[in-house]
Amino acid sequence: MSIFDGITLFSLVAAALWTVMTRSLLRSAIGLALTSAILTVIMFRLNSPLAAVFELSVCSGLISVLFVSVISLTHPLTIQEVIQHMKERMARFWVLPFLVIAIGITLILFNIKPEIRLPAPETVKDVRVVMWNLRQVDVMGQIIILLTGAFGVVVLFKERIKK
Amino acid sequence: MFGRGDYVMYSSLILLPFFAVIILNLPLRAFMRKAALWVSLFILLMQICFIVYPAACSFSNSLDIFGMFLKFNFVVDNLSRVLLFCIGVVTLCSILVEKYIIDDEERLFNFINISLLLLAGMNGIVMLRDIFSLYVFIEIVAVGSFILIGFNKDIHAFEAAFKYIMLSVISTVMMLSAIALLLILAGGTSFSVLSAALKSSPDTLLVSFVIGIFLCAAFIKAGLMPFHGWLPDTYSEAPAAVSVLLAGIVTKTVGVYVLIRVVNSVFGFDDPLKYILLVVGAVSAVFGALAALGQSDFKRMLAYSSISQVGYIIMGLGCATELGLAGAVFHLFNHSIFKSLLFVNSAAVEFQTGTRDMNKLSGLAEKMPITGTTSVLALLSTAGIPPLSGFWSKLIIVIALWTAGFYLFAMIAILASVLTLAYLLSMQRRVFFGKLGEGLREVKEAGPEIVIPALLLALILVGVGLFFPFIINAFVFPVGNILGG
Amino acid sequence: MHLFWSFSLFIIMVFVIGLYCIFVSYNLIRILIGVEVLIKAATLLIIVAGYITGREALAQSMVITLIVIEVVVVTVAVGVMLGIRSINNSLDARRIKSLKG
Repeated sequence: MSIFDGITLFSLVAAALWTVMTRSLLRSAIGLALTSAILTVIMFRLNSPLAAVFELSVCSGLISVLFVSVISLTHPLTIQEVIQHMKERMARFWVLPFLVIAIGITLILFNIKPEIRLPAPETVKDVRVVMWNLRQVDVMGQIIILLTGAFGVVVLFKERIKK
Repeated sequence: MFGRGDYVMYSSLILLPFFAVIILNLPLRAFMRKAALWVSLFILLMQICFIVYPAACSFSNSLDIFGMFLKFNFVVDNLSRVLLFCIGVVTLCSILVEKYIIDDEERLFNFINISLLLLAGMNGIVMLRDIFSLYVFIEIVAVGSFILIGFNKDIHAFEAAFKYIMLSVISTVMMLSAIALLLILAGGTSFSVLSAALKSSPDTLLVSFVIGIFLCAAFIKAGLMPFHGWLPDTYSEAPAAVSVLLAGIVTKTVGVYVLIRVVNSVFGFDDPLKYILLVVGAVSAVFGALAALGQSDFKRMLAYSSISQVGYIIMGLGCATELGLAGAVFHLFNHSIFKSLLFVNSAAVEFQTGTRDMNKLSGLAEKMPITGTTSVLALLSTAGIPPLSGFWSKLIIVIALWTAGFYLFAMIAILASVLTLAYLLSMQRRVFFGKLGEGLREVKEAGPEIVIPALLLALILVGVGLFFPFIINAFVFPVGNILGG
Repeated sequence: MHLFWSFSLFIIMVFVIGLYCIFVSYNLIRILIGVEVLIKAATLLIIVAGYITGREALAQSMVITLIVIEVVVVTVAVGVMLGIRSINNSLDARRIKSLKG
């Protein structure tokens, strides 16, 4: 593990923190996309390129589009409301960075690093082989859940016809 | 003994609903809307028939083609069979109830499609022996439930759905973390690999941690105390047919069955685990019953009653003996049947009278005779009155607790049983007997779509109770034998 | 092994951030963002588990399936939220406490 990995991990935590603590919802959604991007880099470094690409395209892309479109449906606040809201938020959220740093320091000080016995190395190394030959049930499950999601959109998103 | 024909049949339990949904959505709109109901009923009857008369449903070896394309690893043992039967029966009743309540063909069509997908999901859960695939199908059922809870789009249902989504996601994340840690410990995800690795692992602290996380996730899904926060709201505010589905089978499958199967096949029974199960079960049984005493909305009372009964099932599981396991599964089956019956009847009452408040309802038995009689049977069975089925399963659990040496828990079980009797008899007296309340003069008996499921469920209830001596050898003990398998 | 513990330190921190966001937020959309952060932490945990045991292929197919599930769950949650908004006219989580539970 190099210094680069350390930097990416820190920036992951920092990006997640910013996503949660920033006042405006739009910036939160962008922060989420940023967190996904940093996660993608970490996944590349951990020898998982396919999952990294999936995460980048789906989470950084699709979900952020979803969030931005939902956020654009909410009405904007006036200036006074914005300042009031910002003060209220800070009152609730200022604890978080200190909490996170405190937990980090406690865990480092604990220093429990027992050796975990790892299982024997595996032979199948190709994701495509694993996914399509060994884990067909998962693929079936994905198809079923996508169909369910489609019906969910049909049921929930259609406006009720006002009688 | 495991012929090719069986393999096709097991896969078809998932593929048939799936292909039905695809076909139903092809462009022949008007025809498909009418056909949907019959297609779904056909599929469910085939599922029930498969369990009851397996020989009649075996396919010949000429359908071996499937085996070349699909390699689903489905395993069906006696526990799975019990649950497949319940899934078929309860889903059937739920669709019929929804047909009774909704007139709009379009919405019924959506309901049937989502129910079919839910059916495929639940069938998958009870047939899989791999922990990650189990998680995928649990999510399928969860997403389907979210959609169905919000089906009528009223504000209370949405609130309940949102609470359920939040708790479900927390349970999801815990389960995923457990799966990731199990991957480190065992290097695989199938039950056999996991159980071998957990038994021989030297890292006992990590193993206990993983088991603890997974148990918490399963407790949230099963609605046990103290993780039951979503359950009363969801059961009472969901549309009537969805309550039947949720209370009757969904919680049982994704919560209780997963707990039974994973504790049995993967974790193994050691003392701390047994005590955790016994304590959580006892707390749920007693406090669920206490909470049910104070309710005035009858669906909410039934919801707390469900928490209490699931507590019983978990206590049976915690005995870790064959008798305890057999009692737990038998009670799961019974609870599925009589709770569904109660919710079907509550749908009838709600639809005919327009209210769920027990303070306003009384004397309904003379206006709704079939509903009244079947409800009384179901309530007596829940309370554990002989010779109905509920009595036998509770008796087996209490005997199992006593013979396993857990005297305190056996007495707690009996106490909870007394409380159950109290609130159920009070509900029965209030809603069905007594003087007919004002405003209830025009109430009529519910239509055939509700009466038929109610009679079917009541028949199963009474039949299992009366023929118990036959059932105990053919049905109860073979289930107990799966312990250690 | 040292790698796993360093990674899990950060993963625990992200978990805490996500949980805090879910419990303290007033806006439904922000609660959903907290949910997303939690799922990201779980994803990273699975990938790290795959890396240190050498089973990257298995971990990657698990993560791909997980991402598909996550998208569907978020979509349905957004649908429910829009339903709440169309009735309550606001996305304030404090206004949906009418049920006693």
